[in-house]
Amino acid sequence: MEILQHLADGFALSLLPLNLAVLLLGVTVGLFIGAMPGLGSVNGVAILLPITFLVPPASAIIFLAAIYYGAMYGGAISSILLGIPGASTAVATTFDGRPMAQKGQAGLALIAAAVGSFVGGTVSVVLFTLFAAPLADVALAFGPAEEFALVLLAFTTFLALGGDDVFKTVLMILLGLVLSTVGLDLISGQPRLIFGDLPGFYSGISFLVLAIGVYGIGEILWTIEQTQHKPQVMPARIRFSELAAGFRALGTSLKAMASGSLLGYFVGMLPAAGATPASLMAYGVAKSTSRKPEQFGKGAVEGVVAPETANNAASTGSLLPMLTLGIPGSPTTALLLGGMVMWGLMPGPMLFIEQPEFVWGLISSLYTANLFAVAINLALIPLFVWSLRIPLPVLSALVLVLCIVGGFTPNQKMHDVWLIAGFGIAGYLLHKLDYPLAPLVLALVLGPLMEKSLRQALIAAQGDVTTFVERPISATFIAIALLLFLLPLIRKLRRHLLPGRAAASSRSSA
Amino acid sequence: MLTKHLKTSAVLTGLTAGLSLGLALNVGTATAQAADWEPNKPFEMVIMAGQGGGADRLARLFQSIIQKNDLSPMPVLPINKGGGSGAEALRYLQDNAGDAHKVMATLNSYYTTPLRTDIGVDIEEFTPIARMAVDTFVLWVNADSDIATLEDYVAAVKAAGGAWKMGGTGTGQEDSLVTAMLETEFGIEMTYVPFAGGGTVAKNLVGGHVDSTVNNPSEQMAFWKAGKSRPIAAFTEERIQVFPEVPTMRELGHDLVYAMQRSFVGPPDMPVEAQIFYTDLFKALSETEEWQSYAAEQALVSDLLTGEELQAYLLAERDLHAKLLEAMGESGS
Repeated sequence: MEILQHLADGFALSLLPLNLAVLLLGVTVGLFIGAMPGLGSVNGVAILLPITFLVPPASAIIFLAAIYYGAMYGGAISSILLGIPGASTAVATTFDGRPMAQKGQAGLALIAAAVGSFVGGTVSVVLFTLFAAPLADVALAFGPAEEFALVLLAFTTFLALGGDDVFKTVLMILLGLVLSTVGLDLISGQPRLIFGDLPGFYSGISFLVLAIGVYGIGEILWTIEQTQHKPQVMPARIRFSELAAGFRALGTSLKAMASGSLLGYFVGMLPAAGATPASLMAYGVAKSTSRKPEQFGKGAVEGVVAPETANNAASTGSLLPMLTLGIPGSPTTALLLGGMVMWGLMPGPMLFIEQPEFVWGLISSLYTANLFAVAINLALIPLFVWSLRIPLPVLSALVLVLCIVGGFTPNQKMHDVWLIAGFGIAGYLLHKLDYPLAPLVLALVLGPLMEKSLRQALIAAQGDVTTFVERPISATFIAIALLLFLLPLIRKLRRHLLPGRAAASSRSSA
Repeated sequence: MLTKHLKTSAVLTGLTAGLSLGLALNVGTATAQAADWEPNKPFEMVIMAGQGGGADRLARLFQSIIQKNDLSPMPVLPINKGGGSGAEALRYLQDNAGDAHKVMATLNSYYTTPLRTDIGVDIEEFTPIARMAVDTFVLWVNADSDIATLEDYVAAVKAAGGAWKMGGTGTGQEDSLVTAMLETEFGIEMTYVPFAGGGTVAKNLVGGHVDSTVNNPSEQMAFWKAGKSRPIAAFTEERIQVFPEVPTMRELGHDLVYAMQRSFVGPPDMPVEAQIFYTDLFKALSETEEWQSYAAEQALVSDLLTGEELQAYLLAERDLHAKLLEAMGESGS
């Protein structure tokens, strides 16, 4: 009851006309920031910071939270329409979002993403409202060993359920891990794989550069080759009847939404993990529990719903370590943190007790932000879909420009642009040879986290590897990871040993 | 060999200090007429450490204060380049020599990182802007432990026989130096676990993943207020005002004093007009009420130092750290 009282007080604050106005503005701005690869960086948000000084502190925080939320919705748009993930959290959305768009179902994919985001966001805000305070300690229980086990689990969900060719998937993961070691080593401070002494490599290879290269440029080259003799416009029209059909199709994705919301919230809550592993794991779980797993990767609605639900749920979840531990997980949360410090709000375990009106104002505004974001997003879908009707030669050129600008903006280094070009050509060749690109990109995102936590855990345990199985949380994750790793093998064995029951067993495991 | 090298570098330091003194006079006269340069695009505030640590919080606070009080016509972009104990940030500044739109928030790794590893950076060439504060160090343990005094602590570390986990920032950075000082002073051995930033270090102490830390007060403040961590002793000359109960190492009979400067520098060959602009900017910042109250709350000693005095201070500190590293056997060259 006490919580409901707090929440009511929070709503009294967040429903003031001024706060609703900044919410609307923030969500819209966030939607566009999220949709443009590269814009979601510090640049976009820092320029908006002065606006927050024009309004009272509570409105300012609501504004920043609205941007944060809008950006999470926006990330799916470029993933689906262009096949370029705007942020690492939207990588999993490209797996089925892009094929859907190519089949002429861009509208449906966007609706699925928006509704999934809304469900994930809302469920996680409810969970946040009810369990934020007690769950703050769960985040503390995560040390290096647990982080390592979690990343390992994220990798295995992917390996076991990813491409058809396990050898190629493993090879791409390894390549991604090699790329992730480029740059200065955290533990020793020594530069690694900098190709002689190229200063551009000191800061490592960023996710954005690789993703824009292999997905953006690589895809353009691929599409140009495919449509060489038969220039075609993607069938992209949207009618109200299709909208209704879209919502009906979503009915089949309820399971994906439920697992995505829960997984997203809990994984997002762990510091250093966040929305990227959450969205991947949700995709993996949706595929393995689906009745038609073979449709994943070819344009399954659930394949869009699951990661989008999870990444929005995770973005709410990750507010928890930011508020209670003061550890931000992204440039936008870091900005939120900066704003809080500015107004004398010290993140930490005492924030919920010392500043209840701030915390609950923020939480209540997340409910409203969600509602606004889904409404604006749905309203703009016809516009987004319409943009696909631009003739291919023009669209390709536009995407190329977007890719280069998006890659250059965050660090303003030509080095990154050359890398994008190189990765683009490599991505095209790999696509031609039928190598899956997603494991490559994911290994680059998760690799640094995995390496760091592995080494920290081993240093702390004096080099004793049993530390990973002695700790209960880490042991559980590793056990699940092992199980997932062996699952395809077990299925195969069963099919070989008991050919008569193969059909039955596959049905029961579905 | 090493001492000889040190001597030469000391002579060199003297020489450059003399040379740059002349330059400083120029700067002084220029200040009167200047204010004719202003950034014409957002300027970057490069942070030598990861998100959530003391340096990061400070930079983000400054970003907010600058924009709230309209101290700069252009916004500030804080950028974390914490890789390799700040080598990433140092190298970034070096590679952007002459750039008037980049300043860097420094830690003591400003000296130690180039001393340990040859990354092609000489901090003498960097442009001094302002030292905003001197940060302090405190020895912390988890509030659940039985350790209440320094004696308990030393006994517990000895009993652990080398398996005692001390959490800190990157190897060769401040935390590892303070750890080495403790080891030498008390004849103890600890396992040093490096993390990306002070905020993460603090969290790992409270979560029980390491046994002790030497966090800056601002990094542990929220946890201390919540009763989750316990200060044992301060590495300061006098007791820290916020923790009147906590003895200094010196009071306990151990001459261990260590502080961290929180300064701002520009890349090598930064235009003089830009140097003046940023120096004035940070002077104005140091007088704001927001900064003064933050410094008091977080046990930061607000102590402004600019221009050549700052450069001389930074170089003297570097020599001191060279000796510290040598004593630790950590020097890379």
